[in-house]
Amino acid sequence: MVAVTDTPQRSYVATLWIEANWVQRIAALLALALLLAAILAPLIAPFDPLKQSLISRLRPPLGFERYKDGFLLGTDALGRDVLSRTLYGLRLTLGLALLGALIGLMIGGTLGLLAGLRRGWVEDSIMGAVDIQIAVPFTLIALLVLSILGSSLPVMVSILGIAYWEQYARIVRGEVRKITEMPFIEAARASGGGQLYIARRHVLPNIVSPLVVQFTLSLSNIVILESTLSFLGLGVQPPTATLGSMVGYGRDYMPTTPWMVIAPAVAIILLTFSVQILGDWLRDRADVRLQGR
Amino acid sequence: MTLYILRTLFKMALTLFVIITLVFFATRLSGSPLETFLGEGLTEEDRLLMIEYFGLEGSIWQQYIAYLRGVTEGNFGLSFLERRPVAEIVAARIWPSLQLLLAALTVTLCVALPLGILAALYRTSWIGSAIMALAFVGYAVPNFVIATFMVLIFAFVLNWLPVVGNGTWAHFIMPTIAMSGVLIAALTRFTRNAMLDVLGQDFMRTARAKGLPETVVILKHGLRNAGVTVLSVLGLQIAGLAAAGNVVVEAIFSWPGIGQLLVNSAITRDYPVLQFGVITVAAAVIVINALTDIAYAYADPRIRLGKG
Repeated sequence: MVAVTDTPQRSYVATLWIEANWVQRIAALLALALLLAAILAPLIAPFDPLKQSLISRLRPPLGFERYKDGFLLGTDALGRDVLSRTLYGLRLTLGLALLGALIGLMIGGTLGLLAGLRRGWVEDSIMGAVDIQIAVPFTLIALLVLSILGSSLPVMVSILGIAYWEQYARIVRGEVRKITEMPFIEAARASGGGQLYIARRHVLPNIVSPLVVQFTLSLSNIVILESTLSFLGLGVQPPTATLGSMVGYGRDYMPTTPWMVIAPAVAIILLTFSVQILGDWLRDRADVRLQGR
Repeated sequence: MTLYILRTLFKMALTLFVIITLVFFATRLSGSPLETFLGEGLTEEDRLLMIEYFGLEGSIWQQYIAYLRGVTEGNFGLSFLERRPVAEIVAARIWPSLQLLLAALTVTLCVALPLGILAALYRTSWIGSAIMALAFVGYAVPNFVIATFMVLIFAFVLNWLPVVGNGTWAHFIMPTIAMSGVLIAALTRFTRNAMLDVLGQDFMRTARAKGLPETVVILKHGLRNAGVTVLSVLGLQIAGLAAAGNVVVEAIFSWPGIGQLLVNSAITRDYPVLQFGVITVAAAVIVINALTDIAYAYADPRIRLGKG
């Protein structure tokens, strides 16, 4: 704690970058690149992802025999450009996952805050719901709901949103418990602060860091859940593709045209890898107990 | 201890009840599930006959009560598709699923325990880092991606292994690996952390000080104490992970187990089968969780001797 003020002021991001090791830096750059690719997909995709062309069906990627000019990663069974579809698939997968994680954060965060601030039956019923959510394998519930409601985007987002809410609820409740026992909360209460004021002004700012960590970690889980459901044919319906449904669709053509599977599968791996590394890194930074381990 | 067991069992029963209720109402989210299955082009008379045949008459609450009564009597309804009791259909799938699960669990234990211990012992050297990197890969790569790549390489390119079914021992190799990937990753991490917690304890120093060889210290004093934590994780986390993995892996390899049945009935909209299948798997996970809780409490004298 000596002479902290003497060091030049660096932004939070710059500090993170300097502390990171090379794996974490690569992961950060990769995540950024994937995010940009997803956002800019309509600009950088060479072709319309839905445009079919029967004369250029099942063309291999650049460098192979029968490669067709412009279709860098080859084409699928309907002559659609695999690279463009992968970019759009990434866009949809990432968009769905971010939205799902955000919904989970809001539901879980609110319930966790309630459970932490209100004791008694409110807390008991919320934590009871958390226990049930933990005990039940969520993939099965998702299977059931998707089969019944059909898989539209709103249904998919809702499923991804409630998949991991209980993790936020547990974390927030624990942190709120810890914080509300601290003297400064007592001081705020003594000086006449209402419960809502204390929650917003004193509790929320103090739980941002664990929430960010949890958001990143659950993002990668949600990507995996969405890809799995789409892979099984229960996710977003064709012709729209997410990365998972592309792998599922390409599986039927795998012996002859493996690139239809490899491109989206690699995209999934890169996405989950980079996000998970970022999440682990943020968690280790936030968790003092782990430092030096 | 008795109080603790009773409370755990009560929680288990409550969770089971909530699940059955949730699943029942989930299948009614879009009105009558039979309507979506029957589709258009049936006379009103036939429609009523079908509704009566599957026992779906009355308001949703009457159906709910009837379903609950059926559950207590062991009657879970008929499959829309096969018109046999769903319990029969699901029961035929249990053994193949169990076989695969046992194979995956055996592989997981044989790989994850040694790796976790090594990772704890050599946590500062490259061995520890390499093992943890491996565990990370297992976590981050979805099992359908692992399975797909394995099928591509070992079945289509090298032509070594069969893809579909569960006929011979060779059929077990790829599904087992695909299923144990994430389980190994999870268990390795937990074993390592549990061992790290134990390695720093005083009794480990005492064991070394009295001249025991290092292997005895690690395996007898270390692993035994870490083992309780590891086993509880095995029960709590692995059951849920395995239930989810089971669905994906069985669907990919056409394994004739519950997971494949669930995916198929989800796609064909055979709701009675889907409903009962989900309840069965969820019930298995919930019961395993409760038993683990009780076993853990029994192994921990602080809970066993306390007032619960």
